[in-house]
Amino acid sequence: MDKTPKEKQGISRRKFLKNAGGVTLFIGASGLLSQVVACRDKKKVKAILKKQQLTAWIEMDTDGNMTIYNPAAEMGQGSMTSLPVIFAEEMDADWSKVKVKFSPQIAEIYGSEGWGPNRKIMLSAGSRVTQGYYNMLRKAGAQTRYLFLLAAAEKWQLPIEELSTIPGMVMHLGSGKKIAYAALVNDLVIPDTLPDISESQLKDPKDFRLIGTVIPRTDIPEKVDGSAKFAGDMQVPGMVYGVIERGRIHGAHPELQNEKAVLEMPGVIKVVPLDHGIGIIAHSIEQALTAKGLLQINWSNPKASGFDSQEIYGNYRNIATKGAVGNIVTDKGDVKLAFKNAVKTYESDYLNDYVYHAQMEPLNAIVQIAEDKNSAEVWVGTQQGFDSKLGVPDLLNLPPENIKINMCYLGGGFGRRSMTDFVLECTLLAKEMIPKPVKLLWTRQDDLTYGAYRPISLQRLKAGVDASGKLTGFSHVIVGNGDNLLASGIKNEYYDIDNQWAELRIQPNETRLKHWRAVGHGPNKFAIESMIDEIAKDQNADPVAFRKQLMQKSPRALATLEKAALMANWGAPLQEGRAKGVAFLERSGTLSTGICEISLNHESGKIKVHHFWSASDAGVIIQPDNVKAQMEGGIIMGMSSTLLERISIVDGVVQESNFNDYRLLRMEDMPESIETALIDSSNPPKGVGESGTPLVACAIANAFLALTGKSLRHLPFTPEKVLGVLKS
Amino acid sequence: MISKSSFMPIYQLHINAKQYKVDVSEKTPVLWVIREHLGLTGTKYGCGIGQCGSCTIHVDGLAVKACTLPVENVAKGQKIKTIEGLSENADHPLQLSWIEAQVPQCGYCQSGQIMQAATLLAAKSSPTHEEIVSHMNGNICRCGTYMRIVKAIKMASEQMK
Repeated sequence: MDKTPKEKQGISRRKFLKNAGGVTLFIGASGLLSQVVACRDKKKVKAILKKQQLTAWIEMDTDGNMTIYNPAAEMGQGSMTSLPVIFAEEMDADWSKVKVKFSPQIAEIYGSEGWGPNRKIMLSAGSRVTQGYYNMLRKAGAQTRYLFLLAAAEKWQLPIEELSTIPGMVMHLGSGKKIAYAALVNDLVIPDTLPDISESQLKDPKDFRLIGTVIPRTDIPEKVDGSAKFAGDMQVPGMVYGVIERGRIHGAHPELQNEKAVLEMPGVIKVVPLDHGIGIIAHSIEQALTAKGLLQINWSNPKASGFDSQEIYGNYRNIATKGAVGNIVTDKGDVKLAFKNAVKTYESDYLNDYVYHAQMEPLNAIVQIAEDKNSAEVWVGTQQGFDSKLGVPDLLNLPPENIKINMCYLGGGFGRRSMTDFVLECTLLAKEMIPKPVKLLWTRQDDLTYGAYRPISLQRLKAGVDASGKLTGFSHVIVGNGDNLLASGIKNEYYDIDNQWAELRIQPNETRLKHWRAVGHGPNKFAIESMIDEIAKDQNADPVAFRKQLMQKSPRALATLEKAALMANWGAPLQEGRAKGVAFLERSGTLSTGICEISLNHESGKIKVHHFWSASDAGVIIQPDNVKAQMEGGIIMGMSSTLLERISIVDGVVQESNFNDYRLLRMEDMPESIETALIDSSNPPKGVGESGTPLVACAIANAFLALTGKSLRHLPFTPEKVLGVLKS
Repeated sequence: MISKSSFMPIYQLHINAKQYKVDVSEKTPVLWVIREHLGLTGTKYGCGIGQCGSCTIHVDGLAVKACTLPVENVAKGQKIKTIEGLSENADHPLQLSWIEAQVPQCGYCQSGQIMQAATLLAAKSSPTHEEIVSHMNGNICRCGTYMRIVKAIKMASEQMK
């Protein structure tokens, strides 16, 4: 990437825009640099920046203190550290001087190219942040490094190719001269064009100084002293509070019966009728909540009434048997012929109930619309979206640049905060209070009962084996609601099965649905991996050995299986009453094998997970300790959803209301150990945030099969369901 | 029943060694008082029914869930401590061990976890594993950081010996 002095002649003397005591570097694959560089009128440049409220990837002062901007949400997955680390790696920054802030929410500048060609999107979902920004931030970091090299070359009058960098410094190997980046800040010049850095000019992963090392997360100090700001923690001057009473059946419209009395309650400022609920605005949160509790509302009888989330499985079963063919996801070979020629076929149905995100921070946001109604400001913890202004411009009929989104920490997302319903609700309330800011709070009960759940489904799996016991055909039909939410994880690309069929038979209903950590992978891999073990058992094959055969053409998958088996000491004699179960899957490009060890209380039906081992190939690991934390947490969340969690809908009404009846895994049920291994790789990084969770249901079901000879085929595995299966 | 009451008593609260006056109705949960009226937002709202522990604070040295605690119950000189007042410089052994063990993920429940753990170590400097689990069982972490919470409590306990 280093340029010769000749090529340097095109460099202008225009310096970077200076701010108080430093510079702002407009670096990156943003188009902004060229925009600013092309503009020779400094005033105009400033005007552009002011108007668009732009900032940059980094800022540095003359003491070398740096701020790197993180374009992704921070919901616990560690992007507040991993993305700046990638940038700092290629820049050769001195990490001890780095601070991190959220970038503005402007997709044209800070959007990831990881969502497809010619698109730039800010969206923290699908475990795609690190992989989506990896190349982009490496290049931007390398371009920044180039500018410091260029400045040093000018200062020393030395050819740039003789210069190199160590963290925070440019050095000249020949003479041993060194100069800190900080000392070059005032000498930085903008070249007319920055070199386009090709991948081969980036660091060789073996030369990484930061990537792959244990770097403490930048957000953690604020999260242990109470100073980390989630959206609900913001206090905007003049703020009032909003709450909304929503219908107990999705789609119900309200008619308020006691508006006058509510308006007379202490602190109540306004009652705001909405399509789906009644909003209340009050001076304090407790006044708003008190009034909410006393609303008398007649609700319309919507389409969702009558729906029963258990009875529906009967319909699903019929549709799996007799229904028309739906959306075909996989049609490989001839599965019908394979079944016809099979010496033995297998068929099982697997069910999964609705589950709720239960992120610890209930939804909330603050919106303030300016007095002239020409602009608005939002404070929110969001997983962002295809519209980085979260739909507010459309709702207010304002241009996107007039909406400022102030990103806050997310108290958990898991997919729920990739919806913007709560932001739009808050905007509707704020419209009634212009120019006062309105803080909208969802109670836990609101968050749970008006949730958007992981869909239910029935999965019918069929498989056939030949005389040697080899799997020759595999068919997977999903019946459920949720369109593509059902599809993820239905493919078996790492198992060598010649004839495969996968299909979705969508049965829409009115239940609100959303991506839930690992999306369809949880239910689908539960079904697939359980079926594999049921066949292995019938064939008197060891589950690990059976999978090894299937993975002969997938060495990376096989490596995770072998590693996990080694870690778990697979095959060694077990304590009385214990059994192990294995599962393999791919999620967001990461390949993982998980193995658990369980025991069972035959009296109560309670399953106890003692140990969990996992081995993953996730490409280059940016932050190994954080990846381990993601696997640990993901496995705990997987255990919680597998053993305890269920949303039940009876006559359209969600039956659960809070953590007393929607139970989450508590500390007493955590395993004794969770061990995570990461396979060495120099491939680009893949997603890890969702890899642990979907391993759990299938690993537990397979351990249960090994322990009892019986199959658990309906999530969650609550004690009463386990007892039922034991008696069957 | 809806009644229009304009009477709002003024309560004097002793929080983190400071005196505060608040003008709220008597049943207002302490959680809303400290968060929304006084701006001590390290204490979080999670469930409102004392099931998750995100709002754990200390009242006279005991761990209490602020979401179900009416303000009138703590206005007679009781000493309230929130995460902001746990240490002078965010250097309580638990805060340090929480960083060392890299416990938090989203972080939302962690103020409550630390406040809950602090009362355990104050009462018993070397708790057993079972005592830690039993003491912490009322605090939910959806990100699933339980293993690291236990590790950090054990690290802090070692430090305090």
